[in-house]
Amino acid sequence: MAISGEEVARSEMRRIGILRNLLQLRHIREVNVLVALLIMGAIISAFTPYFLTVDNLMGVSRAFSLTAIMSIGMVMVIITGGIDLSVGSAMGLAGLVTALCFDAGYSQSICVAAGICVGLMFGLANGLLITVIGLPPFIATLGTLSIGRGFMYMITHGVPVTPKTPDSFSMLGQGYIGPVPVPVVILLVLTVVFSLIMVRTRFGRHIYATGGNEHAARLSGVKTNRVKLAVYVLSSTISSLAGVIAFSRYLSAEPASGFGSELDVIAAAAIGGASLAGGIGSVTGAVIGAALVGEISNGIVLLNINTYAQQAITGGVILIAVSLDVLRNRLKGGNV
Amino acid sequence: MTPFLEMHGISKTFPGVKALNRVDLTLRAGEVHVIAGENGAGKSTLMKIMTGVLRADPGGVIRIEGKDTVIKDPVHARALGISIIYQELAVVNNLTVAENVFLAREPIGPLGLLDKRRMADETRAVLSELEVAIDPSAKVGQLSIGQRQLVEIARAISYRSKLIIMDEPTASLSHHEASTLIRMVRKLASQGIGIVFISHKLDEIFEIADRVSVLRDGETVDSRPIAEMTRDILVRKMVDRDLSQLFGEHHSHATDEVLLSVRALGEKHHGQIGVKVSDVSFDLHRGEILGFFGLVGAGRTEVMEMIFGSRPHVGEVHIGGQKVKISNPSEAIAHGLGFVTEDRKELGLVLGMSVRENFSLTHLSDYCTLDVVSRPRETAACMEFVRSLGIKTPSTEQKVLNLSGGNQQKVVIAKWVARRPRILIVDEPTRGIDIGAKAEVHALLNKLAEEGISIIVVSSDLPEILAISDRVIVLKEGRISGQIDRADATQERVMLAATG
Ligand SMILES: Nc1ncnc2c1ncn2[C@@H]1O[C@H](COP(=O)(O)OP(=O)(O)OP(=O)(O)O)[C@@H](O)[C@H]1O
Ligand SMILES: [Mg+2]
Repeated sequence: MAISGEEVARSEMRRIGILRNLLQLRHIREVNVLVALLIMGAIISAFTPYFLTVDNLMGVSRAFSLTAIMSIGMVMVIITGGIDLSVGSAMGLAGLVTALCFDAGYSQSICVAAGICVGLMFGLANGLLITVIGLPPFIATLGTLSIGRGFMYMITHGVPVTPKTPDSFSMLGQGYIGPVPVPVVILLVLTVVFSLIMVRTRFGRHIYATGGNEHAARLSGVKTNRVKLAVYVLSSTISSLAGVIAFSRYLSAEPASGFGSELDVIAAAAIGGASLAGGIGSVTGAVIGAALVGEISNGIVLLNINTYAQQAITGGVILIAVSLDVLRNRLKGGNV
Repeated sequence: MTPFLEMHGISKTFPGVKALNRVDLTLRAGEVHVIAGENGAGKSTLMKIMTGVLRADPGGVIRIEGKDTVIKDPVHARALGISIIYQELAVVNNLTVAENVFLAREPIGPLGLLDKRRMADETRAVLSELEVAIDPSAKVGQLSIGQRQLVEIARAISYRSKLIIMDEPTASLSHHEASTLIRMVRKLASQGIGIVFISHKLDEIFEIADRVSVLRDGETVDSRPIAEMTRDILVRKMVDRDLSQLFGEHHSHATDEVLLSVRALGEKHHGQIGVKVSDVSFDLHRGEILGFFGLVGAGRTEVMEMIFGSRPHVGEVHIGGQKVKISNPSEAIAHGLGFVTEDRKELGLVLGMSVRENFSLTHLSDYCTLDVVSRPRETAACMEFVRSLGIKTPSTEQKVLNLSGGNQQKVVIAKWVARRPRILIVDEPTRGIDIGAKAEVHALLNKLAEEGISIIVVSSDLPEILAISDRVIVLKEGRISGQIDRADATQERVMLAATG
């Protein structure tokens, strides 16, 4: 049977079309981290089959879920061209306030709401300092980071707060839905919701535009100050939710809770392809970035590597991941 | 005599775009070689290959003074005697003139310290050779755009360049500055330096060129001495249409109804740097195209920024008979204003975003249901503008960063026109765009006026102002120095009001 030239041409076109789609998939930044995540998983499970058990994977997920949740807010801030150093303080103080409310005998919903309000306050303070006074985000959030930290020591005098809590509250940090830990479920829900917001809504588009070129965005009618205020409020609020979950997990509010976690959270966003210059990044990327770091720590434990090496290895991964991303973009652009 | 630089069969492919297709070009010492062509024809790409910023696809040959050469990077290109003055200026504003001229090759004195004296002396020597009066110790940020460009030329000369490439150097210059530059270029050529000059301005091309080459869709379609070239041939080679067909006749659509009225507009903060705009009052009618002319620095852009709420001001603005208070751009937009800004990179575009996303940024809610963007509707609207304005891009998803300068400008125009403002301010709308697109922009503005939209056109291009305006307002040193009706507006009268 002879096939007409036209048909050949058409099937050729279709093949090119599919090929082009596949190639475009390669252009999506998250694919990088996702591939790294899978390769790393394959390596670890080659050494120990225990890695790929449901038990272990769920445990790992629960371990990184708090960092991942916080990275969702952080990546939005980073995309606007800002940074939020106060997330760890917001997290710690939120947990502490929740604990204190339980201690004072308030009902569960009030205690949780009080914790979340801490986040709102942090976010408003950061956002207003940045948009109204015009402080650089680094300085504004560095200030609130210290203030929050100071409050925590003043309130606790360095002693953990361990109130009595109802069983239903500890579900939040310790419970399971089927085989999946509750914090992981919360993480998944937040990831889906905020991904959609970033990709599909006007607010999301305005976040990218503000970070891409604030001046041009404002002249196009984007209320850039409102956008910035909103992302700082979201970031702190999400972090305070993480703080409440953390407290529910351990039922003890430590004075040093959340200490230094801003670095892990920023690292997750950066590994996930966010550019600290603004305009570039994604929620899914940040979450996968957090997963990658979590997976590596788990691998280190499973393979009996010195746990002190963990920090160094994580640092190495950050540098490799971000370097690859930069190099790949340079190659794609063709510019020297 | 062997030519300084020869290129044979040069191609360059970007993902989805064949920017250059087997281009040949010969550049000789002492010759001013103009490269003309539509937006996106590949002119800048070709220059980037000559200066080592981009690597050509394999297969082509570059010969310098007869020897096959691979230009590795910009530093190498400079060592070979090739310098470029970019479409966008590349000077460091907070350094002095001398520091800019010697940037990255600063002379070191005996103690390992900067030899400032020598930098200043040599810079002064080069500047006086160019016969320009610029102080070597002045900060570049304080100079006008034209002077900054001269600093770049001084830098190129002090490298002892044998070939200087200028990519649309006059696009943002005043008329006067442009003629100074043209004189300078002729002088450099007479000293044996080869010049490549890219321009969209016909007058200028005929004034400056020894030879013209035309690029179209990445191919050389013509190359001949200027003596054998006419305007008609040039335009036909560039855009495949006749010059006479390009620009239609002017019809006024102005009505008697005053839509915008501005009273005693002026700078809010006294002693602010830049010009002091004061006491600017005028009316804009529905359907009118009002031209704003003035020398660079006369305060035209500042007046527009005040009306648009992006610059603090005193005075009153009435829209449709009602007094309005506009203190930021989103309020202006809510009142039906649109503003095609002058500086597309800084103010007009989010470079890392796609054509589609830039296009819709001004009117995203048109494609939203409950804040959720409908991608298909957004893309369809964008496609329509890409087609009607002839924006050259492989798809609406291309980042505007990768578009040629002129096509970026078209995206800025599209994003405002699509919003359907009642009053559209366009600041230098045709800067850097080719003659075919310029005709399209003029036709578009006329069409909008016909639909009842009022338009303010700010332009330094006097023929453009005269061609499209129903009325011309001339600004001089921040004040209105003339209001001239179309019937009376001649080059001389307008120029006199601007300078006299
Ligand atoms: N880095 C890049 N990635 C993808 N496409 C590119 C890139 N640089 C240029 N192009 C494309 O190559 C083509 C030629 O662009 P170029 O900038 O050379 O045009 P030009 O002739 O200088 O136009 P103009 O008169 O508007 O400045 C255009 O279609 C442009 O979109
Ligand atoms: Mg160009």
